[in-house]
Amino acid sequence: MSILTWTYIMVGITFSLYLSIAWIARVKTTSGFYVAGGGVSPLANGMATAADWMSAASFISMAGLISFMGYTGSIYLLGWTGGYVLLALLLAPYLRKFGKFTVPDFVGDRYYSDIARFVALMCAIFVSFTYVAGQMRGVGIVFSRFLEVDVNTGVLIGMAIVFFYASLGGMKGITYTQVAQYLVLIVAYLVPAIAISLKITGTFIPQLGFGSTIAEGANAGKYLLDVLNQLNTDLGFSAYTQAFGPGSKSMLDVFCITMALMVGTAGLPHVIVRFYTVPSVRAARLSAGYALLFIAILYTTAPAIASFARYNMINSISGVEYSKAPAWFKNWEKTGLIAWSDKNQDGIIEYFPGDPFTGKPTFTGEKGSYGQELLSNSPTDNKNELFIDRDIMVLANPEIANLPPWVIALVAAGGLAAALSTASGLLLVISSSISHDLYYRLINRNASEKQRLMVGRIMIGLAVCVAGYFGIHPPGFVAQVVAFAFGLAASSFFPIIVLGIFFKRANREGAICGMIAGISFTCYYIVNIKFLGGTPWLLGISAEGIGTVGMLINFIVTLLVSFMTAPPPADVQEMVENIRFPRGAGASIDH
Amino acid sequence: MKKDLKLYWKKNLSLMVVLLSIWAIVSYGFGILFVDQMNAIKIAGFPLGFWFAQQGSIYVFVVLIFIYYFIMKKVDEEFDVHE
Repeated sequence: MSILTWTYIMVGITFSLYLSIAWIARVKTTSGFYVAGGGVSPLANGMATAADWMSAASFISMAGLISFMGYTGSIYLLGWTGGYVLLALLLAPYLRKFGKFTVPDFVGDRYYSDIARFVALMCAIFVSFTYVAGQMRGVGIVFSRFLEVDVNTGVLIGMAIVFFYASLGGMKGITYTQVAQYLVLIVAYLVPAIAISLKITGTFIPQLGFGSTIAEGANAGKYLLDVLNQLNTDLGFSAYTQAFGPGSKSMLDVFCITMALMVGTAGLPHVIVRFYTVPSVRAARLSAGYALLFIAILYTTAPAIASFARYNMINSISGVEYSKAPAWFKNWEKTGLIAWSDKNQDGIIEYFPGDPFTGKPTFTGEKGSYGQELLSNSPTDNKNELFIDRDIMVLANPEIANLPPWVIALVAAGGLAAALSTASGLLLVISSSISHDLYYRLINRNASEKQRLMVGRIMIGLAVCVAGYFGIHPPGFVAQVVAFAFGLAASSFFPIIVLGIFFKRANREGAICGMIAGISFTCYYIVNIKFLGGTPWLLGISAEGIGTVGMLINFIVTLLVSFMTAPPPADVQEMVENIRFPRGAGASIDH
Repeated sequence: MKKDLKLYWKKNLSLMVVLLSIWAIVSYGFGILFVDQMNAIKIAGFPLGFWFAQQGSIYVFVVLIFIYYFIMKKVDEEFDVHE
């Protein structure tokens, strides 16, 4: 059977699975809709959280990014896992004990203020929309590459599926679909990784494989990472394992980016809200452990794939005549993810640091003298002739390792699972923020259960449409706004939730000033660099890392203003006292 | 009773401080600030600093959360605040 047939079968099977789960898990109550009735087991919630967390970017792009960045790629590995320790120790158990539906709920009640609730609400919606636009695009891209349908049709199919199971089952439907999606995506990630590890190093565990020796070929017997360092330096790149080498980020920047990603993770509303779905405080702690365990399986495999892919790429392409290049090179050249501009007309693919030409490849449609696709881009002055999109490191992996067609189909289904699971989690946060925090809490306090459910479902529909619109017409700034999502989550939610739990004296005035100061500084810095072309004036910290500084500002301002103004009322202090002790969490879900 | 709860909270906080210190040492310490010094040590094919940054820290993170879960489970029962 062809790859395409296999892909249709694989995607068909997984999609019917998701839809059946959604039908079985459909709900009738608001607590079922927002937090799955608070009855999800820690193991299932762990898997759902992992699927929710790992997006199309983690699945498709991360290994490729690390492959090109070497050591510096650690910012993603550390940054996107370390936040779970903060969640498990500082946030999840207490928010579970508090036991409402959303993050703005906690902020509004703890700081006894509708202004604080509203600021939190706006941040939650903004962060979630930023994130979900990228996911819808991811769905479209996977569809177009593997199923040969138009990107826009792909986005529409994705929208329909997500709308169906999110509006029907709410959080409950989403949770159990995410469990299935986790299983699909992790199998799809591991199968090619194990095969490639076996092929290159003879070790079937990728995590050990990339610290092992190479099994065959000219470099047999040498350690893979040593060979990679050598290959990299021979071509003029920094050594693969070298930290802070020329051309890569400074130590301070690596530190700040890692911190901003960690703290941002712990402050992302769609991650936090997952811990409201488990039955008890103890279950919330355990669930965070399971979530990170399931995430770690993918996140420790990614750097192994990155180094295998780098080795394969340099070995099979660099310095090779185009006519002798492997078949996958030519297959992916058609998609524009790989391009070769034969600057010195010698028919050999030469790979060096720097961009081979300006912009993304645009093919003229004509073939060159070696059969290569000709480009209309203007070439740069350097010696590099090779354009490689980082996504190819995961997408082309199965072909590079000569795996059977069903594995390639599996990778497609895995990419879709990663994108859909994250999109649905985010859409639910948007829907519950608007229907619960805005409509019920701030507009109509007398709304009946039925009305609130109806508004929730309508909001999911609206959110899907907006997300789909951005998926079809991606704003040019999608890549830039990712820095925004983490920067904002780090500089808004994290400090005031932590202080809200651990510092009784933190009050309304402090929280509002702190949030506004943190967000304004972070927004100003990011907009200045990403949109207005400013320089990173603060010690060279990049836009991705500035959330760390924003978070510190938020902490300091909240503390200072809290000390200068009146302490919170007695009932709020009592509430803080109360959330510190686990007993009684089971009952607190039914508000 | 009130005093008991204070002690419970203190125990929780000191456990958190210990675990978060380990969290910071493996990731920010071994993986970033002292990565060059750590890289001088090699275990199999891995320079140690690089290994902590791309593998080791993540394993430690998982273990830390489970340690917190198991110890707090005991402490909750000891102070009779469990659900």
